[in-house]
Amino acid sequence: MSRARRTTVIAATCLTVSMGASILLLRHIDRIRPQATIEDVLYVNSPSVVKRASLGFDGLMACIYWTRTVQYFGHRHFELAHTYNELAPLLEITTTLDPHLVPAYEFGASFLAPQPPNGAGEPVRAVQLMQYGIEHNPDNWRLYYDLGFVYYTELKDYRNAAATFERGSKVPNAHPFMKIMAAQMATHAGDFATARMLWTATYESSSESSIKENAITHLRAIRVDEDITHLEEAVARYRERNGVVPISMSEVIAAEHIPGVPVDPDGNPYVLSWDGQVQLQNPDDFPFITKGLPPGYIPSKPKFHSKG
Amino acid sequence: MIPRIVHIASNTFREAVRDRVLYNLIAFALLLSGAAIFVGQISIEIERLVVVNLGLTAVSLFGIVIAIFIGIGLVSKEIEKRTLYTVLSRPVRRWEFIVGKFLGLAGTLVVNTFFMAIGVFGALLYVAHKFSKPDALILVALYFIVLEFLIICSLALLFSSFSSPLLSAVFAFSLFVIGSFADDLRGFAGLTHGMTRWFAMAAAYLVPNFSALNVISAVAHQQHVAGQLILQNTLYALFYTVMAMSGAVLIFERRNLK
Repeated sequence: MSRARRTTVIAATCLTVSMGASILLLRHIDRIRPQATIEDVLYVNSPSVVKRASLGFDGLMACIYWTRTVQYFGHRHFELAHTYNELAPLLEITTTLDPHLVPAYEFGASFLAPQPPNGAGEPVRAVQLMQYGIEHNPDNWRLYYDLGFVYYTELKDYRNAAATFERGSKVPNAHPFMKIMAAQMATHAGDFATARMLWTATYESSSESSIKENAITHLRAIRVDEDITHLEEAVARYRERNGVVPISMSEVIAAEHIPGVPVDPDGNPYVLSWDGQVQLQNPDDFPFITKGLPPGYIPSKPKFHSKG
Repeated sequence: MIPRIVHIASNTFREAVRDRVLYNLIAFALLLSGAAIFVGQISIEIERLVVVNLGLTAVSLFGIVIAIFIGIGLVSKEIEKRTLYTVLSRPVRRWEFIVGKFLGLAGTLVVNTFFMAIGVFGALLYVAHKFSKPDALILVALYFIVLEFLIICSLALLFSSFSSPLLSAVFAFSLFVIGSFADDLRGFAGLTHGMTRWFAMAAAYLVPNFSALNVISAVAHQQHVAGQLILQNTLYALFYTVMAMSGAVLIFERRNLK
């Protein structure tokens, strides 16, 4: 082997070995370092400073911050975290950098508003975010729709929800259901039918698959909540008539003349607990339900479905 | 006169190509194709925005770096290699040399931008599957970026005509940063009084206003760019370039090259 060739081989070997060693070491260091120092830190939390530092390339910076927001939320959500401390500041920076980045408002509100672990449990900040979005994009009817949605679902503020849907219905090219929604809010705000109407409208008016999937999940949850409400009413009537709690669902079915065994949207029969509570067999399959959960139920980690 | 300028410009272009300046296109292509493929998987609903924002930002930043780092060496390198004396011993005027150098560098950047633009539109087609009418606005943003390059090239040449390459790079880059804050500078001037106000206002109008030439965000959101803005930005960039080039010629004409 010539001298030059020997040098090349040694240098190439050194390069490969040191690169491999540095990668392995870094992986080891990542395991030693506390996770919080990597993920839960916002190095610059002033939106105006980030905007200045972007030297006019704020559109790209907004995309980077939005991606970071999505990653942050996804990670915390997967971990079933109960705190999302950086979510609101990240969204604030994103929307300050690019006030026209509509997905940041639409998805941002749905990240902020729901109670943990489904969201950050900050509906008031979600409202502020949407109001900022409407201020900068007054011709986008979907933002009014999303704001009305937060008022309706999280704050149960039906008056403001109705007013927001009404305002949105006046935006040029607004979907006709905005007017119907405003009227429905004023009269039947707390009904299952209204909730079903809202989520159906969300499903039908969006082309984004993740929004559609979310709407389906909520529609399934509404059906479970409604079924269980009716079944619990039936159990209460049975108890009133007979003075005892029914020992099985078949007793309730017979007494109330229910046609067939009541099943959840997946076809699994609802079960009756010893104390007369109607419960689901697989509550993990129905995020967002408010009824039918076993006592002390702790949700398991979200499942990730492969598209196909 | 014109053939001499064209000759110097074409030599400058050839030299830049020989210096492998166009290799930056490889990095650009990798960056853009990577973004087009991966962003959809790690973010939500911003594939098109990322391609436009990242593409145009990269075109702008790559071009600015090339403009500064080649522009600052255009004169000093010729002096260092002593090729300037050979050129000036022929019937070539000093101002012709400066203008030829400027046109050569500007040409390099235009060619570079042309290939990058093809990359941006290719990536856009990949993520959106088709072009829409508002996509034509990207051409306006690219045109403004080229105007920005003209200003930077002329500034780099201006500094290069009297200063060392290192200092020229610092000056040119500082002016780029300050120029990006030109609107803020004007706002600051509006808050002050007396002499400070005059100085601040003068500084705000003297530094190049790059924020007016930046329509990347607007174009990414398919917002209309006014025809008046295109016309006035064109005139502004031309006047500013002529101003900086005139300064470079004035200094270079008087420079003692012995």
